[in-house]
Amino acid sequence: MKKVLAMLLIATLVLTMFAGCEKKEEEKTEDMTVGFIYVGPIGDGGWTYAHNEGRLYLEEQLGVKTLYKESVPETQEVETEIRNLIDQGAKVIFATSFGYMDFVEKVSKDFPEVTFFHCSGYKTTDNMANYFGRIYEARYLSGIVAGLKTESNKIGYVAAFPIPEVIRGIDAFTLGAQSVNPDVEVEVVWTYTWYDPASEKEAAVALLDGGADVIAQHQDTAGPQQAAEEKGAFSIGYNTDMKDMAPKAYMTAPIWNWGPYYVEQVQKVMNGEFESHAYWGGMNENTVQLAALTDLAPEGAQAAIDAAKASILDGSFHVFQGPLYNQAGELVVAEGETLTDGEMLELNWFVQGVVGNIE
Amino acid sequence: MTSFLISVVIAGTPLLFATLGEIITEKSGHLNLGVEGMMLVGAVAGFGFGIITGNPIVAILGAMVAGALTALIYGFLTITLRANQVVSGLALTIFGTGFSSYIGTNFIGKKMPDNIIEFYKPIEIPLLSKIPFIGQIFFNQDIFVYLGYLTVIALGIYLYKTNIGMNLRAIGENPSAADGAGIRVSWYKYVHILIGGALCGLGGAYLSVVEVPAWQDNITAGRGWIAIALVIFSKWNPYKAIFAAYFFGGLSIAGFRLQHLSIPQSLLDALPYLFTIVVLVISSMKKSQENAPPKGLSVPYFREER
Repeated sequence: MKKVLAMLLIATLVLTMFAGCEKKEEEKTEDMTVGFIYVGPIGDGGWTYAHNEGRLYLEEQLGVKTLYKESVPETQEVETEIRNLIDQGAKVIFATSFGYMDFVEKVSKDFPEVTFFHCSGYKTTDNMANYFGRIYEARYLSGIVAGLKTESNKIGYVAAFPIPEVIRGIDAFTLGAQSVNPDVEVEVVWTYTWYDPASEKEAAVALLDGGADVIAQHQDTAGPQQAAEEKGAFSIGYNTDMKDMAPKAYMTAPIWNWGPYYVEQVQKVMNGEFESHAYWGGMNENTVQLAALTDLAPEGAQAAIDAAKASILDGSFHVFQGPLYNQAGELVVAEGETLTDGEMLELNWFVQGVVGNIE
Repeated sequence: MTSFLISVVIAGTPLLFATLGEIITEKSGHLNLGVEGMMLVGAVAGFGFGIITGNPIVAILGAMVAGALTALIYGFLTITLRANQVVSGLALTIFGTGFSSYIGTNFIGKKMPDNIIEFYKPIEIPLLSKIPFIGQIFFNQDIFVYLGYLTVIALGIYLYKTNIGMNLRAIGENPSAADGAGIRVSWYKYVHILIGGALCGLGGAYLSVVEVPAWQDNITAGRGWIAIALVIFSKWNPYKAIFAAYFFGGLSIAGFRLQHLSIPQSLLDALPYLFTIVVLVISSMKKSQENAPPKGLSVPYFREER
């Protein structure tokens, strides 16, 4: 009897492990099948959620069948999962995290008839493209909102890791805030995690205690939003609209909109027109956006954003155009010059007005 | 400084509950490495009961029951079936992580009702909060924090001043002697493993109900493992546990306020573990009985081999 019970218990324990990562299929009539690999749960309300919205948009627009797999770690396991998706008929694979890069590259060589797309990396093969978005453009706009809102002229920025992607966002945000409020300072705290709601919140509390009255974030949870809500401050979210998480603090957020790119590329693959590429889409391509402003956004913010957005869209303005000064006050980008894409991808210095260290 | 110390107490509270839970579990001679899993189940249950019933008390009771039920699995495996405690505990963590994630998909993006958030707002205790400096730090906090103080005192009295507590410690040290003295060993073990699970569940619920307050997958982010280290750090003593938990809580957030001093974050992250090793070395040099782990820890008890 005990043995039977023990076996049952063990079986339950093991089976529940898989419960969370259950695979779901949605029946569609088309012969095209597209597979997605996600690094987190769809319910993260952030990065993976945004990619999943893109998948749903793709289904709706093209009527193709999609498969997905959540919470796939950035290890050998991604190879197995990609092979599984291909076994189930996937002709196109979207792998949506940086750490998948080398594994996707390897599998892409084994399956020349399948087309691969890898998000946020830098490697391509004949049948593997990489893609990412110029979120810094939207961050610049969100900086305008924060710059107009702050009264203490101190904005707190909770940031995950000191890597170019995050530094680029902080710089763009700061430049946006300074464009409407030259006295503003952006104070950065590193959490060294993408995902830890409590720690992220504590980091924001530290910034608020230090005198900041607006909080921005480059994190995947809404922890910093909660801190602002509790302390009666205001906040800028990230990844998706975070209005519901902090209705008394949230003003807007730079957000991802992958749908249009997914539709365009899958259409190309279906027509046999796919060419390998490295894509870095911005507001012009509608890959990144600024979420709708809430009532808490300061007066005049909408007009200022619209003006800045128009000048970015028509190319008359670039976020990283000179003159740009670093923290020490030295001129780094001269007037009339603009950072190239390559320079932006390797960006490792803070602009003047950022308080914080890059270690 | 005051605002930092207020945050320290908050950051230390989930660690405190989990540490107390593991202390009482280990005092019964069982090493339960499933703390992280029990915390997560407690966290998801606390949040779920909170948004479904809208009642702050039901939320924490639900978290405690859920934590205890999770511990019951471990208890059955290790007491009745005498399975390996380390493996069972690790399995419990895997189970708790997956189970909470599965249940939690229903709660993502949902907001805690305002009345619950209101209920767990800081409450000033008259007189005590007027004590200069420490008053605002320790006596202007939420109910959970006060519950933490009370649990420490209650557990201290229970373990060191009552007969039942002495019986429990006897079981942890030498279960066959305790059995010979007429103590119902298995019964004691079950009860205390369940209490331990309930306290771990409470620690998890503090994160999802009060501190964050939202459900997000894997909300504990490794705090359960730190709690296991804290048990050793506090030498199985509930009074020392409160200092240990606040100390570690403080170290975990000190980095956010010291970054301008150019102290490498990696060093700050390593400090808690360095301190644990130092404490272990010092206490092993003293060779005092008081500081040693329960002798029967992680040894299955077979009555027939008495």
